[in-house]
Amino acid sequence: MTDPKEPTIRAGTASVKKAARRGAWLNLMYVPALLLFLVFIFYPFLRGIQISFTNWDGYNQHYKWIGLENYKRIFSDPDMGKIVRNTAIYGIGSAVFQNLIGLLYALFLTQSIRTRGIVRTVIYLPVIISGLIMGYIWYFFFQYDGGAINDLILLFTNEPANLLGSPNANVWIITFVNTYQYLGIAMVLFLAGLQSIPRDYYEAATIDGAGAWTRFFHVTWPLLAPAFTVSMVLNLTGGLKLFEVIVAMTNSGPGYASASMSSFMYLLYFGREDAGYAATVGILMFVMISIVSLLALVWLRRREVQA
Amino acid sequence: MNAVLSKSRRTWMTLLSLVICLIHILPFYVLLTTTFKADDDLSSKWIFPGYLYLDNFTNAWREANLASAFKSNLIVTVCAVFLIVVVGSIAAYPLSRRQTRWNQFIYALFVSALIVPALTILVPLYKFMVDIGGMNRYWGIILLHVTFNLPTTIFLYTGFISTIPRELDEAAMIDGASRFSLFYRILLPLLKPITATVIILSGVAVWNDYTFSVFFLQHVETRTITVALASFFSQFSSNIGWVAAGSLLAALPMVVVYLFLQRYFIEGLASGAVKG
Repeated sequence: MTDPKEPTIRAGTASVKKAARRGAWLNLMYVPALLLFLVFIFYPFLRGIQISFTNWDGYNQHYKWIGLENYKRIFSDPDMGKIVRNTAIYGIGSAVFQNLIGLLYALFLTQSIRTRGIVRTVIYLPVIISGLIMGYIWYFFFQYDGGAINDLILLFTNEPANLLGSPNANVWIITFVNTYQYLGIAMVLFLAGLQSIPRDYYEAATIDGAGAWTRFFHVTWPLLAPAFTVSMVLNLTGGLKLFEVIVAMTNSGPGYASASMSSFMYLLYFGREDAGYAATVGILMFVMISIVSLLALVWLRRREVQA
Repeated sequence: MNAVLSKSRRTWMTLLSLVICLIHILPFYVLLTTTFKADDDLSSKWIFPGYLYLDNFTNAWREANLASAFKSNLIVTVCAVFLIVVVGSIAAYPLSRRQTRWNQFIYALFVSALIVPALTILVPLYKFMVDIGGMNRYWGIILLHVTFNLPTTIFLYTGFISTIPRELDEAAMIDGASRFSLFYRILLPLLKPITATVIILSGVAVWNDYTFSVFFLQHVETRTITVALASFFSQFSSNIGWVAAGSLLAALPMVVVYLFLQRYFIEGLASGAVKG
């Protein structure tokens, strides 16, 4: 653009600065966004805190203030430990697998092979499909009666496996489905990161006698740190919020064996008409996700600087 | 990074890439075999039926009311995406060009909403929507989609506008353009690439949404595809062919758009996220 030191433009800058001071009315431009934010996020958030202190059932106009009862319930709820553990597996498990496989795929796709474009298209495809539909598609694999996996198992034994009905197994199956669906995001982020690394760095390292592994750990990995941060935080929060795949594959069952905090909250509200408690679970979930994502962000950013 | 490969190594790499593709495409293959198989055909899901059977489509279309569901999806997505672009882009302009302390606070407020998962406040939001009469209404869900897509949108637009040199504004100001016409005539055309990213990101999110829709659109007349499919699944879970056909129909429009515009989908995501 124009050289800012040019005298005529300088005069312009001064007058624009004056105009900018007078231009406070420009702030009107974000008023619609701010109103939506206050009405649909801020106000419900405060109301949520209020509802968490009541025994509201979700429908009745009359309900009582019950103080900290709902919060005490969370800590004595026999299902809660398992639900928090499941949520952690969905979050951390998905983030680890998505980043690991996404990185491997990205490294693979930097090789000069002709099928590169197709591979990228195919791997990214599930990202644009609804989590609910992806859950149904995988349900056809894992369902007990006539599922594609059981079709294979029955070739060898007479006993079909009740995969979605067995606790633990179903939590990992759901983590797998979430990983399959969104690992394309990690792959694309790493690919963009890899392409931004100047080739001279590799040439210089090779001249210095660095082998493939040394090049990876001393050039590629440190320079991928920003992409890693973004990908990790996106996948972590995505997994911790997981809802649609669970609804489609197990509907949190059997019992609450595969419930995440989101799907548990949904069942409390619609299934058990326990809105006060559901709001409390929502607040706990908010606190957990905020803390985890902030800690992850701070830790990963610091790692970027050191690297 | 494009290392030069020997010929045999390249052949192996190509083979490996095809195997990866096959593994990733498997779920879609099983979706197709399930969709085209008659109810009384109990053969394995791995085997493609040797006949043409389309009843699953017609049944799913009728029983799940997919015609009205598609209409709802289209109305909600088009209106929401349009408002997201308008409200988000105009909000980002003062936030990036007039960085007073107050505006920096407002920006931080918007961006902090990025980490608030919508689900955590669904209970009070539900109550609020009942109170204002927004339940089962298009405007209700549209406003929600707009609100919860704004943090990303404002983040992307603000970042993009600050990469456009201020000298451009200044030159136009000297020519006597008002601030507002400046935004529309000069800045808006420059925002095209980031607007494409915003349209794709929010369009996919709104079109595929189930989390909001299942709470706020429960009537048969206004419910969207995912809600229709879910209630259909709980009714006819034994009739897996119908569910498969419904899923295929629901996913198809997005898949077609993706296959034509995939470069924009993939690059948009990368450019959008890396700026974080």
